[in-house]
Parts: sequence; structure tokens; C-alpha cells
Amino acid sequence: MKSLPRLDRILAAALISTLLAGPAAAETPEEKGLAIAREADRRDEGYGDSAVQMQMILRNRQGEEATREIRARSLEVADDGDKSLIIFDQPKDVEGTALLTWSHKVEDDDRWLYLPALKRVKRIAGNNKSGPFMGSEFAFEDLGSQEVEKYTYKYLRDEACGELTCFVVERYPVDKNSGYTRQVMWIDQTEYRPQKIEFYDRKQSLLKTLEFKDYAQYLDKHWRAARMDMVNHQTGKSTTLLFREYRFRNGYSDRDFDQASLKNAK
Amino acid sequence: MLRIGILAAALAPVAATADGSTLKLSAELSHEARGYLQDAAWPGQSGDKLGVSLALLPELYYAWNRDTSITVRPFARWDTIDDERTHVDLRELMLQHRFGDFDLRAGVGRVFWGVTESVHLVDIINQTDLVENPDGEDKLGQPMLSLAWTTDYGSFTGYVLPYFRERTLPGPDARLRAPLPYAIDDAIYESSEEEKHVDAAVRWSLSTSLLDIGISHFSGTARDPRFEIAPGETGPHLVPIYDQIEQTGVDLNVVTGGWIWKLEAIHQTNRIEDFTAAAAGFEYTFSAPLGTGWDVGALAEFLWDDRGSDSPSPFQRDVFVGTRIAANDVAGTELLAGAIVDTERGGAFGNVEASRRLGDAGKLVVELRLFMDADEEDPLFFFRRDDYLQIEYIRYF
Repeated sequence: MKSLPRLDRILAAALISTLLAGPAAAETPEEKGLAIAREADRRDEGYGDSAVQMQMILRNRQGEEATREIRARSLEVADDGDKSLIIFDQPKDVEGTALLTWSHKVEDDDRWLYLPALKRVKRIAGNNKSGPFMGSEFAFEDLGSQEVEKYTYKYLRDEACGELTCFVVERYPVDKNSGYTRQVMWIDQTEYRPQKIEFYDRKQSLLKTLEFKDYAQYLDKHWRAARMDMVNHQTGKSTTLLFREYRFRNGYSDRDFDQASLKNAK
Repeated sequence: MLRIGILAAALAPVAATADGSTLKLSAELSHEARGYLQDAAWPGQSGDKLGVSLALLPELYYAWNRDTSITVRPFARWDTIDDERTHVDLRELMLQHRFGDFDLRAGVGRVFWGVTESVHLVDIINQTDLVENPDGEDKLGQPMLSLAWTTDYGSFTGYVLPYFRERTLPGPDARLRAPLPYAIDDAIYESSEEEKHVDAAVRWSLSTSLLDIGISHFSGTARDPRFEIAPGETGPHLVPIYDQIEQTGVDLNVVTGGWIWKLEAIHQTNRIEDFTAAAAGFEYTFSAPLGTGWDVGALAEFLWDDRGSDSPSPFQRDVFVGTRIAANDVAGTELLAGAIVDTERGGAFGNVEASRRLGDAGKLVVELRLFMDADEEDPLFFFRRDDYLQIEYIRYF
């Protein structure tokens, strides 16, 4: 066999290395966006369960404030969306009202509302994604379990975000009932935490911006923001969520997220 | 500093202590004005077209830990028109304990079963506190011992109900009653044990993404009395009669997207008759229609009773249509409006309920009830001049 000339051999080596490295170099923006979302999801796997106290501050255009006190518990479910139970403490007319959600990766969530005055557990439709939650600027879909499968993705660029560097990734809701056409996310490259999300409405106009602040790490792994600020650019209203007393590994099971648990929620 | 700390602790509605126990004290004070739109139909009824009423519902909740708690909820109402509506009740005095897959409840409390909106056929554990509201959704506290066992195949619950509560009935001055006054203290029981007859019930229920289903059986004293006319000192009265019954019920939700299909059906056997009754329909929710951010629900239910016009229920061949609107605004504004139309007798019952938060600790509730064109065969004929508009302000403490 005739030996290859030296130049050819160099070219061949270059070609082989390009082929081997191919998946990275030839990665489309869609693949890269999905890979970032998966990595962010993977890094939060295994949290098990959590409980948190949440204060919701609603502000209208004039700056008048109303506050809500809510407790939230969630349970990680393998191969499906998480289960969550939220209990209202304030305002007092809804004290003891509780919302149980079994979220799913793609299908509609299952929801049950507990009305303490009637001791009634009422099934409610799970197709409401875009409606405001408790009069806030957060929609149900903004607060629900953020499953990778609920969106398709596209990586846009790298960009500085504060002292960090962020991936800027666009994501598109799979569900036709979503209130959004797209969301632009800033995810920091150090810990893969969302730092900012811009929401674009069905008319492709910028609707809202959500900023995540005061991250703290729990169990040496799971990052949770202590503050989220959502601003609605179209109405001038805003909502701040303040999270406190995060507790992990409470030993919750499915029994703490069933219909009977709603009646014991208090 | 210390004094401020003690004051703050006394004012705090929720006090979580170091050992994980929780104490909550709260109360609701309701101020109600109810105006009747027509003059009274029956002799003896008060000529007052405006009734004023106050009600207080304090609550104490103490949880030793996540699994064990007690709730105490007494209730008192004072009413200007009806002496029978001026009443007190122990709504709840319930000890709850969870252990493993079991939930134990002992005391006095409220249990709700059912899925439909216009009628509650399956719901039978508690007696109706009818003087509170003619819709029958207010209930008296029921003494009970219950044990629920949750499995992968649903939840199985057994109830022992050691004491019976008689239905509260409007006094002679009251509106929303039959033409004859009720013999309120002279109820007749089939069982010689009367209100001490021990009733029992069992229920199986299961919830999945697709459906919620419940099958229940009740054995004991009927919650719905039938009435017989009997002479009294002041003329003829209606005497409530409580028979022993066996009642089996099924309730079902089937959920697909924005649709929730609903069914409730009962079969009852008593010493007079056997009968079957059902309510079936749907609730469809339009989520944020036209970019409003509202939830708009369309409801329709068909109500059926195999006794037809012999049924004591006004809803035996009726259609309910209604809408539920939740504005999802800061004030939590909600509206429920609907009508139950009798397809055979032509009368209709119209109902509008609207509510809105006022400030951080108040709520305004407006209720309009209309009894339209009921013919003489329809039990709603009794209420044909009792249309009312009610405004209620609830203050929460």
C-alpha cells in the first residue's frame, strides 16, 4: 500500500478529529438549547421534597400593595411532573383554601381545590395555564413544575448577566393553551440557574419580565431564589414573591399529596 | 422590647412554637341584610320585608404535629325576623390523627360528598341547617367516628354516626316555608331509639388524572324528613317524620381538557317507597377568554327523579344552566349565576351569587334568589313570593 503523503496525513487526522468532535461542533442552536435545559434540570434532580413559606406582594400601577401569605409543599416524582400542595394563609377570606396539583410533563395538570367552608374537594380543569394566579402577575404556567418537555428550545448567544455569564436561550411552549409564544431565558453558566425570563404574549409583544434574586444553595446542591420579581410591561403592575424557611427532606410521600391530605392541610 | 414581643405574639393569628406545634385562632363575623321583594304569601309570616342578621363563627385550631390536630368551631346567629334562625350550633369539634395509611377522625364535624353544583344528592352525612340558607349548603355539625384507609386502589372510609341532628326548620314568622307552620319540636321517628339511633356509612373513592369516583352506602335515619299534616293547639301543623333508610350513592367526575363531566346518582329504600334520583351534566372552563385573564365556566346539569311529580323534591325533571366567572383579580371577584328550570311544570329557580374582597380582612357577598312561575304542584310554589336580595359583609379576625 502506498503511504500517504505527509500533508494528506495531516488533513486526514484533522478530518477524523472533526468527525469525532462532530456532535459538538455541528450542534444546532436547537440542540444546544435543549442540552442547556436538560443540564439545568439534571442539576436539580434528587431534591426529594421541599416546603417553603411564600409572601406574594401585588402592586398596581399606582404602587398600591396587597400581600398574600402562602405555604407550598412539593414532592419530586420520578418520570413525571412534581406534585404540589399550596395552602393559603392570607387574605383571611381564603384561609385554609388549598390547591393540590399533580403536574405532568406534557399533558394537562390534575388539580383539586379544597374549599374549607364546605369541606369540599372540587376538581378543577387543568387546562388553565395562562390565567393569573390569585390576582398576581404570575400565571399558573409560570409557577408550575418546569418540565423540560413542556418547551422546545433554541440557544441564542452568551451574554454577561451581572457578575456572571449567561446562556441566552429561547423556549417555545408545546401546549397550545399557553399564554406565550416564546420566552427568552438567561441561565448562568456557573450553576445553570435561571436569572431572568422575558415572556412574549400571543401577539409576539413583550408582556412580562421575571427576575430571580438572592439565590441560596440547599443540601449542597439545590439552588433556590429567595426573591422573584415579575413586572408586567403592558399594565404597569408587578408582583414580588419572597420565599423563606425553605426546608428539604421532610419525608413527604404520596400520602401528603392526595385528596385526604387537602382536608388536613391547614 | 419584651412588651412589644408579647403583644405581637398575642396578635399573631398563627403561632408556630419551637416544638413544631401550631395554634391558630380566627373568627368570622357576618352582617347580613336580606330584603324580600314581595309581600308574604302565607298567614302568620312576618310583614317585615327587610331582615337583619348577625352571625359569629370563631375557630380554634391546634396541631401537635403534622399528623395530629384538633379543630373547634362553634357557630351562633341572631336574626330579626325568624326566632328559629336565631340559633347556635357546634359546627366542629374534631380530633384528627393520621398514622400510616389511616386517617382517624373523632368528634363533631362536616363531611361533603359529591360533584354536581345544582343539587347535592349523594351528600348525606350531615343534616342541613335549612334556616341558614334555602340552598341547603349549610350543615349542622354531625357527631362521628370515622376511619379512612388509603391504598393504591383508592380510599376506604367507614363512619359511625352515634347521634342524629334534626333539620332546622323556619319558624312561623319566617319566609321560605310551607303554607302551614312546622311542628318543630314534635318530630316523629321510625326508630324507637329516635335521635339516638346509631347510623353508619361506608365510602370508597379514587382519584386519577381521568376521573374522580366515589361509591357510598348509608344506613340509618333519613336526613330529609317527610311531612304529615297534624292538628296542633294553634291549628294544623306539618310534622317532620324521619324514616330509617338504606341509600347507595355514586359520584363521578370525568376530566378531559377543559371539560369536567359530572354524575351523581342515588338509590334509596325506605318503608314508604324505593326510588332513584340522578343529576348529570358538565362544567366547561374557558381559560382566559379574549385575553381577559378570567376563568369563565359554563355549567349544565339535568336533574331527574324516578318518582316524577310525586317526588318531594322540586327538581325531578329539571335542567340547570349556569355560569361561574372568576375574575382572578386582586379582590378575588367571583360570580355564580344560574337557573333551574322545570321541564314539565315550567317554573324556574334563579340564583345569582357574587363576591368580592373588601380590604385585607373583609368580603362582600351578594345573593339574589328568584322563584319564578312555579305552578301549584311544584314544591317551589310555597316560595313564590319569597324572592330576595341579600347583602352580606363578612369581617375576618
